[in-house]
Amino acid sequence: MKRVLFIFPLIVALGIGLFSVWGLSGDRNPSDIPSALIGKAIPNFKLETIMTEGISELSNNDLAKLEKITVVNFFASWCLPCKLEHSSLKKLNSSYDIQLVGISYKDKKSDTSNWLSELGNPYHVVGLDISGRTGIEWGISGVPETFLINKKGEIIYNFAGPLLGKNLAHFENILRLELNKKQ
Amino acid sequence: MNAKLFSITLALCFIFFQPIWAVEPDEILVNPNLEHRAREISKNIRCVVCQNEPIDSSNSGVARDLRILIRERLLNGDTDDQVYNFLVQRYGEFVLFKPRFKPSTYLLWFMPFLLFIFGLLIVVRVLKKSSGTSVPEGVYFTSEEILEIEKKINNGDRGN
Amino acid sequence: MVPELGQFSLVLALLIAILQSIVPILGASRGNSTWMNSAKTSSLLMLFLVSFSFIALVYSYIVSDFTVLNVVNNSHSDKPMLYKVVGTWGNHEGSILLWVLILVTFGAAVAVFGGDIPSTLKARTLSVQAWISVGFISFILFTSNPFERVFPPPLNGNELNPLLQDIGLAIHPPLLYFGYVGFSIVFSFAVAALIEGNVEPGWARIVRPWILVAWTSLSGGVALGSWWAYYELGWGGWWFWDPVENVSLMPWLIGTALLHSAIVTEKRGAFKAWTILLSILTFSLSLLGTFIVRSGLLTSVHSFAVDPERGIYILILLALSIGGSLVLFAFRGASIEDDGLFSPISRESGLLLNNLLLVTCAGTVLFGTMYPLFLEAISGEKISVGPPFFNITFVPIALILCSVMVIGPYLNWKKADLLGVLSRLRFTMVLSLFGLLVIWYLKTSGPALAILSFGIAIWLLLGVIQEWIERVKLFDLSPNTTLKLIKSMPRASHGMTISHMGISLIVMGAVASSAWRQESVIFAELGQKNNFAGFTISLERIENIKGPNYISKMASIRVENSKGFIENLYPERRVYPVAGSATTESAIRQTLQGDLYISFSEAADKSIKDKWTLRLIYEPLVNFIWLGAILLMCGGFMSLSDRRFRRSFSSVKKMIHSIREPS
Repeated sequence: MKRVLFIFPLIVALGIGLFSVWGLSGDRNPSDIPSALIGKAIPNFKLETIMTEGISELSNNDLAKLEKITVVNFFASWCLPCKLEHSSLKKLNSSYDIQLVGISYKDKKSDTSNWLSELGNPYHVVGLDISGRTGIEWGISGVPETFLINKKGEIIYNFAGPLLGKNLAHFENILRLELNKKQ
Repeated sequence: MNAKLFSITLALCFIFFQPIWAVEPDEILVNPNLEHRAREISKNIRCVVCQNEPIDSSNSGVARDLRILIRERLLNGDTDDQVYNFLVQRYGEFVLFKPRFKPSTYLLWFMPFLLFIFGLLIVVRVLKKSSGTSVPEGVYFTSEEILEIEKKINNGDRGN
Repeated sequence: MVPELGQFSLVLALLIAILQSIVPILGASRGNSTWMNSAKTSSLLMLFLVSFSFIALVYSYIVSDFTVLNVVNNSHSDKPMLYKVVGTWGNHEGSILLWVLILVTFGAAVAVFGGDIPSTLKARTLSVQAWISVGFISFILFTSNPFERVFPPPLNGNELNPLLQDIGLAIHPPLLYFGYVGFSIVFSFAVAALIEGNVEPGWARIVRPWILVAWTSLSGGVALGSWWAYYELGWGGWWFWDPVENVSLMPWLIGTALLHSAIVTEKRGAFKAWTILLSILTFSLSLLGTFIVRSGLLTSVHSFAVDPERGIYILILLALSIGGSLVLFAFRGASIEDDGLFSPISRESGLLLNNLLLVTCAGTVLFGTMYPLFLEAISGEKISVGPPFFNITFVPIALILCSVMVIGPYLNWKKADLLGVLSRLRFTMVLSLFGLLVIWYLKTSGPALAILSFGIAIWLLLGVIQEWIERVKLFDLSPNTTLKLIKSMPRASHGMTISHMGISLIVMGAVASSAWRQESVIFAELGQKNNFAGFTISLERIENIKGPNYISKMASIRVENSKGFIENLYPERRVYPVAGSATTESAIRQTLQGDLYISFSEAADKSIKDKWTLRLIYEPLVNFIWLGAILLMCGGFMSLSDRRFRRSFSSVKKMIHSIREPS
């Protein structure tokens, strides 16, 4: 009994050590927060649109009744990483059979349209979230943030940050898996 | 390297980290009870873009939005729990500074008590030993051994 | 040239450390006094070499040598000279060099001032200290070299984070590290004792002054960190249960337990194995803190840049040092024999209870801090454990401790009469209850826990004072005789009284400033009068000021009350162009009853032009916290000056040598 007590501190230290090794491993980023919406339906929202022919309003209902996989991307003209990932979005749009939806976050209407005119508009629909309230409904922590939605209208993946390099590759893997699923 | 670039540029997207009590006068509710509730709730809500701060202390846009949102919900008649649920639905439990009491946190909440009891048991054991009232092991002899010992003593054996 | 010399100096120090790791400890087991004595020379050499290296780095900052990468990343030519110097340790590489400097300082101190330490214990201790030095000097040279060069040198540096350009940076890290790293020598003493195979009767007496030095510094360092956050950050808070704050509190809690346990070991020969374990655990927690802060394991406002590679290196160092010492403890600890019997009611058992409560506090903080990591590893779930958790779990245990703290010093060694003690305290209990009722009357709206806590603090203060009065027989003897009695008493006993009073003040300040603070945020126009906390505050004017490396808007605020003008306060809003960030410099009116705390900024809504956001906070009794901390340190210093620590140890040394020949 006495011996056990004397080994106890070592065991506790070992436990903390093992968890610490796990904590430092690989790509773990301690400030990464998993989205609370994974596996859930798209949250309610209704937004005015711009630069989208024939569609004046974007709502969750529109996104819910889809036959295609949807990628929702929150962006803003004042956001530098959004500019960096812009070409990735264009590539995604042209390479895969998806519906790319853009939501401009806390941005002026004119700024967004100027930005898109300058860089090109890869989005099928662009919604305007001027107040940022829709962003909160989606639980975003900032821009850019991108959500992957399956054909049933459920959010299956999100990524906070610009879709570049490794992160883009990872996103594409998940996208491909989803595309290959039989209905 | 990518992580570094990301974090630098992400920082550029938000107002620079400036730990100051950031509630603005135009956010404050007229009703002091509601405002007090808003403050108490905000103390418990983590700013998701900051490094471990409540939304009341953060200058970031998201924090301000959340502060205003909380007040809107309170004006709407939500209870404190409903406000918390609203935020947790969108941001996950990470956003709460007080972890919810549920199976995955039972160990957390009970640990202080468990530690104390564990320590208390050790203390009691130490007290028993150190007060000399507990009998050390092996002091009881069988009756045969006692006879043996008595025989040896009677024979004048000094025991070696 | 200078940076190269600095780096070379470190390499030499590493080589000497490797020598010191082997020779003295071998000398101890062979009885070779020349080898054992080599530790003195090598310790002093290491001190000299690391000091030289540190000075080389400081020099690079003073002359703004931008060929040194560390200087580029953390300094700027416009920075005021004070912050150039102090910025040396405002970053990871510089601060870990400071850490190592203090490590070798303590080694050298033991070598020089430890004349009365038995030579085998001293030699083994200094070897263990050298093992730690080898670990950390190599860590610097291989992963965190402050002398790395950059060619071609940029025209100017990146500037130090404006939040760090403050006097707090000058004092807080050195004082804190003296505490953290000071416990390294206590750790070394403990490991040396385990290696020797027994804990000699004089061991606790030898180690106690070192425990006191480290504990006093750590108390000051933690309090200073709190104070710095309080006046610098602008929200009037002084503790947030942030992981980095928690890792500084844990060694302090265990260090306090160690301080008290060592008293029992010294005086009664009991709790030997436990004191050894606490000695190991205190420094282990310091190391854990160093690891958490520099590895990016947990998110914190205070952490240095995230670098998992460094994290792995430190983790290996931790595995070797903490793991190694605890393995040694597992094997050797059980064979440490205690002397001294005591009754279940005695000073020994009182101190046992003290240790139980402190260790429970520390365990709670440790578990709460690490739990998000544990949970994420097991289930992937991410939660936060913040102030509400710690306030609910830590505070009650701390309050229990404060309540029973009064009784401890009254208890006799070996066997005490608890009922007798309690009856002696009757009057004080009544007085404290009366005090609690007064507070209740004054603060009817206050939370019940706050009123109770304040009452406990009053009880502690009165009880400590009564104990001292009775001990020095203040009212029984003439003043002269009492004075003589006071002087003849061991200073450590007065130190205890002073430190315990300090705790009482800290609790009072903590409770009052948290529970009864008033806050207000207003849009202020120039000239408009605002009422707050019994003051009339008006914004008189805003000036633009240019500083050495910043531009500032300074508000002139007039503070009056019903009796008339009190003073003007000048909060600022500063922008640092090079760093690209802004700070808010609050203005504080400090009085014993409380602080009036004002900060201002432009309205967040940019469309509001002629109004400014004024944040007003009134914190009652907050200065009691800092005063209490100062008392805490005074008690420590008083105990250190105790002549028992300076008395020659020759008679005990002779006794030890006669019992045990070095094998």
